[in-house]
This record gives sequence, C-alpha cells and structure tokens, in this order.
Amino acid sequence: MSNIPEFTQYLIQIVTIACFVVTSISLIILLFRAIAGPTNPDRAVALDAIGINLMAMAGLLAIMLLTTKFNDVILLIGILLFIGTIAIAKYLEKGVIIDRDMD
Amino acid sequence: MIGTWINVIFDLIIIICLISGTFFIFSSSIGVLRFPDVYTRLHAATKASTLGIAGIMIGAFIFLYFEHGIVSGKLILGLLFVLLTAPVSGHMISRAAHESGVKPWFNGEEQDAYSTYKKKTEQEG
Repeated sequence: MSNIPEFTQYLIQIVTIACFVVTSISLIILLFRAIAGPTNPDRAVALDAIGINLMAMAGLLAIMLLTTKFNDVILLIGILLFIGTIAIAKYLEKGVIIDRDMD
Repeated sequence: MIGTWINVIFDLIIIICLISGTFFIFSSSIGVLRFPDVYTRLHAATKASTLGIAGIMIGAFIFLYFEHGIVSGKLILGLLFVLLTAPVSGHMISRAAHESGVKPWFNGEEQDAYSTYKKKTEQEG
C-alpha cells in the first residue's frame, strides 16, 4: 500500500517519455508538410505548427529533467514564432515586410 | 495517509493533462498532413495546437508546483501568449493565401484548389 505514490511518480516519467516520442513523430509529419507543401502559405502553416510543437517539447523536457530552466525558453520560442509568422505573412501578401510610405 | 492519496490524485491529474495535450498535438499534425487546402489546414493548426499546448503547460505547471514547490508563472504566461497570438497568425496567413490567389477547396475539386495559384506563378515566371 505504501508504494503507490512511488509507482505513480514512475508512471509520470514513463508517460512523459511516451508523450515526447509522439510529439517527435508529429514533428516529422509537419516537417514533411513544410518541405513538400504545394504553396508557400502551406509551408508557413507547417512552420507555425512546428514552433508550437517545439514549445510543447520544451515543457516535456522540463518535466523529464526535473529542472525549471526551460521556462524562459518556452516564452522565447513563443515570441520569436509570432514575429516570424507575421513577417512571413506580410512578405507573402505584399512582397515587403516594413513599408515606409506614410499614407 | 491522506497526504499520500492527495499526491496520487495529483499525479493522475498530471498524467491525464499530458496525455490529452499530446493527443491534441498529434491530431493537429495529422490534420495538417491530411486536409486538402490551406484554410482547412489553418483550422487544424491553430485550434488543436492551442488546446494541446494548454494541456501540456497546465500539466507541467502542476508537476513543478507539487514536486519542487515552485510556482512557475512563465508556463501560464506562455500559454496565454499562445492563446492570444495563434488566431492572429492564422488570420494573417489566411489573408496572405487569399491575396496570393489560392482558391478555397470545393467538394470533389481537389486539384482545382491550387489552379489559379499555379497559373499566376507561371505567368510571373
């Protein structure tokens, strides 16, 4: 009866490793769509989903390695992902990212 | 005695959060692979990924709080940031796709979804 908490903590480690493997498989699937997408907006969608998968993998690594040092990495990946997606979308729409005419 | 059972219950809650988050992320990647058009792929890539990362971030937050006693607000902040910015980026990409000439997929016309885009790129060289 006394080894049930130890068993559930062992189960958390096993479930974390399994979630890491499944997230890696989904990353490979999204990489296929990012390489072989028919148009450029398809590739932008796949890159957005790849960034979100990387945030999830950083959160799973924080559980797996018992550290709190990955939380800054999660915020940094989120901010860079948003800026990159907006830049790609504006480039696909007009061809320029920063336009300087003040009309 | 009661404390050990509370630990067991929170461990099970963490396991449920992680498994549901991973399921939604995997279903989002399957949707990006299998849907026929840019707009339907955006539907999969924004909503399901947001739900999946919500599950994983809440699971990691509860795990760090009950294992180390650390309230790590950066995980919740990252979750709120994804909740704010995923619809905005999806809208921007869908508007760029519409401006660059990708037609919406209609029922039974899979090849026709990219026809105007191909024609436009061939005209531009």
